[in-house]
Amino acid sequence: MTFDFGAVLAQWPLLLRGALVTIGLTAVSALVGGAVGVACAWARSEGPGWLRWIVGTYVELVRNTPFIVQLFFIFFGLPILGVRLSPTFASILAMVVNLGAYATEIVRAGLMATPRGQIEAAESLALNRWHIYTRVVLPPALRKVWPSLTSQIVIVMLGSAVCGQISTEDLSFAANLIQSRNFRAFEAYLIATAIYLGLAIGLRRVLNWAGPRFLFGRL
Amino acid sequence: MVDFTLWDIVRNLLLAARWTVVLSLIAFVGGGLVGAALLVLRLWGGRRSHAFVAGYVQLFQGTPLLMQLFLAYFGIALFGIQTSPWFAAALALTLYTSAFLTEIWRGCVASIPRGQWEAAVSLALDFLEQLRYVILPQATRIAVPPTVGFLVQVIKGTALASVIGFVELTKAGTMITNATFRPFTVYACVALMYFVLCFPISAWARSLERKLHARR
Amino acid sequence: MPVVEIRGLRKRFGSNEVLKGIDLDVEPGEVIAIIGKSGSGKSTLLRCINGLETFDEGSLTVDGKPLLHDDRAAMRALRQRVGMIFQSFNLFPHLTVGGNVMLAPELVKKRGQPAGAQQARLLLARVGLAEKFDAWPDQLSGGQQQRVAIARSLAMEPAVMLCDEITSALDPELVGEVLRVVEGLAKDGMTLLMVTHEMNFARKVASRVVFMHAGKIHEMAPPDELFGAPKTPELRQFLSALHN
Repeated sequence: MTFDFGAVLAQWPLLLRGALVTIGLTAVSALVGGAVGVACAWARSEGPGWLRWIVGTYVELVRNTPFIVQLFFIFFGLPILGVRLSPTFASILAMVVNLGAYATEIVRAGLMATPRGQIEAAESLALNRWHIYTRVVLPPALRKVWPSLTSQIVIVMLGSAVCGQISTEDLSFAANLIQSRNFRAFEAYLIATAIYLGLAIGLRRVLNWAGPRFLFGRL
Repeated sequence: MVDFTLWDIVRNLLLAARWTVVLSLIAFVGGGLVGAALLVLRLWGGRRSHAFVAGYVQLFQGTPLLMQLFLAYFGIALFGIQTSPWFAAALALTLYTSAFLTEIWRGCVASIPRGQWEAAVSLALDFLEQLRYVILPQATRIAVPPTVGFLVQVIKGTALASVIGFVELTKAGTMITNATFRPFTVYACVALMYFVLCFPISAWARSLERKLHARR
Repeated sequence: MPVVEIRGLRKRFGSNEVLKGIDLDVEPGEVIAIIGKSGSGKSTLLRCINGLETFDEGSLTVDGKPLLHDDRAAMRALRQRVGMIFQSFNLFPHLTVGGNVMLAPELVKKRGQPAGAQQARLLLARVGLAEKFDAWPDQLSGGQQQRVAIARSLAMEPAVMLCDEITSALDPELVGEVLRVVEGLAKDGMTLLMVTHEMNFARKVASRVVFMHAGKIHEMAPPDELFGAPKTPELRQFLSALHN
């Protein structure tokens, strides 16, 4: 049993580009998926009955099917309906749809933990519903659930490794490309895995740092 | 091209879904056993075994399951063993599941008040007796809902075994798509079958969770 | 013209009628203390006045404008005229003390940053907390939090302030600082309706005391008269229970 990591590391520009694509996919889907979650959490707790039902169905459908099937359905299935998507866009869409559903439930748990008195105080100050949600209820709720949300974003980033299967040129795709050139499959995947681990740890740090600064306004 | 009716598609997918179920059960039971062993190691062992288990958990929770499957698949081959997607998938999913379950259960044990351990010690029970007669009966009650909930993650995780060529529900979907050129219908059916498998378990986990909170 | 005018107000929770026809006029500058046993409907009455509770029958006007529950814009307009202080302070935990005071003027009255901050500092000085502008709510004592809540409510320049047992959640030694602020408001001519258990304070500050019993205004008089010569056995019993 001999290893040749050098043959893999020599291809570092590929790995670097793949890692950057993975970071990009994650960043976009975290922003958009998080926003979807916040909107759907509001719809599910405050919206009219039919909207609650639609959001509830969306959440359950996504949470009870594998990400890879969601991705394949979007990338291979939707073109039949005339919606043709690039691999990258299909990947982002699948990640947004996936994270959005989980984020909905996470944010909703935070909303439900809001004390009634907070809302009454805001109402008695004549704030409208939009301001009560965005300025009074949401920031403490996000603060409360930020650790769960952070974990979920990391899970989505790790799950995005599947996107290489529809030839999105992410980190997993780079590893696959390298092993097809030099037949060092184990080494290529081991190094890619190590990079994913580093990305996961780094992403967690960034989110822990960014949450209080940009989202709920208190360190 | 063979003419596939919708029933042909569904029937073939259902046949493949058996393997999704089998693989899920192997991973869940195997992962449970390994996870339990890791839990005892973490609670009982010294600092080194503590760090080992923590590292193990971080490794499996911090890397993609897909990469773990590839590493199992190509890693076993390095030992000169004739590998099969089936064995590699079972191994990787078992280890992956064990890491998550041991972490879930550790949290449950940690939520048992310190005083319970102390009371057990003061009754002259040894470590395994403390665990078996005092701590685990209480922790198990709390652990059941999240453990059941994790079974859903395991079932969904088995879909990735398709990538290393194990023919289960998702792989069958891809094969049937290639034969029928009806990806929309086929993947919708695949998704629906996962949903039928997973949703009752999710709902069960939620109702267990509610009952647990209601009793407190 | 009365600031608050209540006519035949009835309120039911299911089959339980908690307000059984309330009539009350509050003139500008009046300080009204509402006393009574728990369950007598006094908090519900207060919460009806700014629409936190709906009522089933009767009418309620503030500044001559009727309270309409289904009209959101009208409710917000009404709430700009009616401030409310709660038993549990309800400061927003994610905003600083200054942020708590400035939030509503910024969002509702579109008051800009410098003007809002200046107003907030003045109000905080008025409740004796000028130096706490940048502090967080959880760094303050209960009494200080309640004073911030008063400043926050004042920032909307309300015509009436409702105080719902605002000292009940406080440690005894912190009650005084909050009551002194309320007394200051009364002296400055603020119209106040307060549900309170502090009888000495009611006697000293209130212009009228309302005794509620079983969902009705049972007795109403200036404090000297009401405390000195209670007319009904229910009020006598309530007052003597307090002394024991």
